[in-house]
Amino acid sequence: MRIGLEEVDHIATLARIGLSTDERERFRDQLATILEYVELLNELDTKTVSPSAQVIRFENVTRPDVVRPSLTVEQVLANAPAREDDYIRVPPVLEEG
Amino acid sequence: MNLAELTAHEAGKLLRRREISAAELTDALLDQIDRREPTIRAYITRTTEDARQQAAAIDRRFAAGEELPALAGIPIALKDNLCTEGTRTTCASRMLDGFVPPYDATVVQKLKMAGAVILGKTNLDEFAMGSSTEFSAFYPTTNPWDPSLVPGGSSGGSAAAVAAHEAVAALGSDTGGSIRLPASFCGVVGLKPTYGRVSRYGLVAFGSSLDQIGPLTRDVTDAAIVLSAIAGHDPRDSTSLDWPVPDYCQALVPDVRGLRIGVPVEYFVEGMDPLVAQTVRQGIARLADLGATVDETSLPNTRYALAAYYVVAPAEASANLARYDGVKYGLRAEGDDVWQMYDRTRAVGFGPEVKRRIMVGTYVLSAGYYDAYYVQAMKARTLIKQDFDRAFEHFDVLAVPTAPTTAFPLGARIEDPVAMYLTDVCTVTVNAAGLPGLVVPCGLVRGLPVGLQLVGAPGSEETLLRAGFAFEQSGDWKAQ
Repeated sequence: MRIGLEEVDHIATLARIGLSTDERERFRDQLATILEYVELLNELDTKTVSPSAQVIRFENVTRPDVVRPSLTVEQVLANAPAREDDYIRVPPVLEEG
Repeated sequence: MNLAELTAHEAGKLLRRREISAAELTDALLDQIDRREPTIRAYITRTTEDARQQAAAIDRRFAAGEELPALAGIPIALKDNLCTEGTRTTCASRMLDGFVPPYDATVVQKLKMAGAVILGKTNLDEFAMGSSTEFSAFYPTTNPWDPSLVPGGSSGGSAAAVAAHEAVAALGSDTGGSIRLPASFCGVVGLKPTYGRVSRYGLVAFGSSLDQIGPLTRDVTDAAIVLSAIAGHDPRDSTSLDWPVPDYCQALVPDVRGLRIGVPVEYFVEGMDPLVAQTVRQGIARLADLGATVDETSLPNTRYALAAYYVVAPAEASANLARYDGVKYGLRAEGDDVWQMYDRTRAVGFGPEVKRRIMVGTYVLSAGYYDAYYVQAMKARTLIKQDFDRAFEHFDVLAVPTAPTTAFPLGARIEDPVAMYLTDVCTVTVNAAGLPGLVVPCGLVRGLPVGLQLVGAPGSEETLLRAGFAFEQSGDWKAQ
């Protein structure tokens, strides 16, 4: 199986991981090897098989909608990389118009 | 007597007779850690002062005549993907190098309630992705049996700590074998409970439909003690089971007469070390000598399990790890806009194996490939589960190898992802089907431990513990 560098770049963009030139080439080769291995699954005839996302059968699990104690703002912001007052600070999301 | 070598149940008896104190026991472990850590490197973070204070508090309670739970005063290590309030939790990743959780994982809360003394946080493959602990962003852990070998992974730090007497017991997590493989490689007992038996609240998520927390211990009795302390329903984990929690120690009866054991032929895989296969078969023969009935069986879809796992686990990982974006906590690499910040943060924060799995997971979930890879893998998972369902109509326990080999040299598989993945070929099926699996040491090959894996139907931990206990009591595995 072959994967092109454009495909590696597309996946990296979807995954939001900046790749170095070295990594692009390494992942091109390694992804191909891994995907080739998992293509073993194509041997299986699964036309009549339903997929299992999980294996213990749970019904919908709900709880009463009541207010419970939660973390304080200070606890939450203690791990924030950058803050301003009670907010987490991030670089611009929208371009200035 | 070196107190560091005691099991939890042995130490518990001495503590209750006031022959030793929790402070003495903890100091013995701390001394052992000082001696062995330069070679083993099982720990990422040590909580020495907290441990001393917890031990002193337990001694005061024993002195006051309090009846305390079985784990009171017992020094325990925690895999560093379990959140600990006020103690950094790194997942062996640069991404979380400085992360200090504001809360305890439910299992940590339960251990603290039981009076356990927490020695520190153990090394792992980054975000629990790996089979050797070499993918830790900090340093590899070495195998206490031979420091040129890996301890297995991803809970390699926990297994090595228990084997090197640097902790009486430890918690690990198991997504595709991450408790059972290092237990086998390090010659300790490892138990992966039924999916949902133990709350995952506060376990940093990797593959949410596969992850379970479980104990690594020096013997089966300790595994039963730790499981009794951590099992149970948790309203904070909607996938935790509401089944009653028995006292698992009651299951420790050395009697397997009439137990129906199946040996699926597919687990003795091509390329397996023949001496490992022989040692596992001798272990199974010993269970037959003890009165179990042993028959060969077949789980025909086993050969697809590893491929299905290496689609499903990366897919879930790629979704779970999307949260590490530099915004709310963890590492941030600055960028001119938010997109550049994401790209740079994840470029420098994740190591090679984590990136590889996120890439594979993103690929199999992406438009055009979702049905061909992800849905097909989920269907294979159904077939694997059906194989087990059929087997458990005839057998109480399936007995299989844990891995095709003993511990391998550091560096041997690190450049070859598929070779590393094949390490998990005998363990991933159990996660795919949500079953409990218990590994007990069953012998030595060229001086290195081999683990026998016992697998049961959902909720059959007591049966597994009974079989494991009977096996353990029937002879010294190091003499096999």
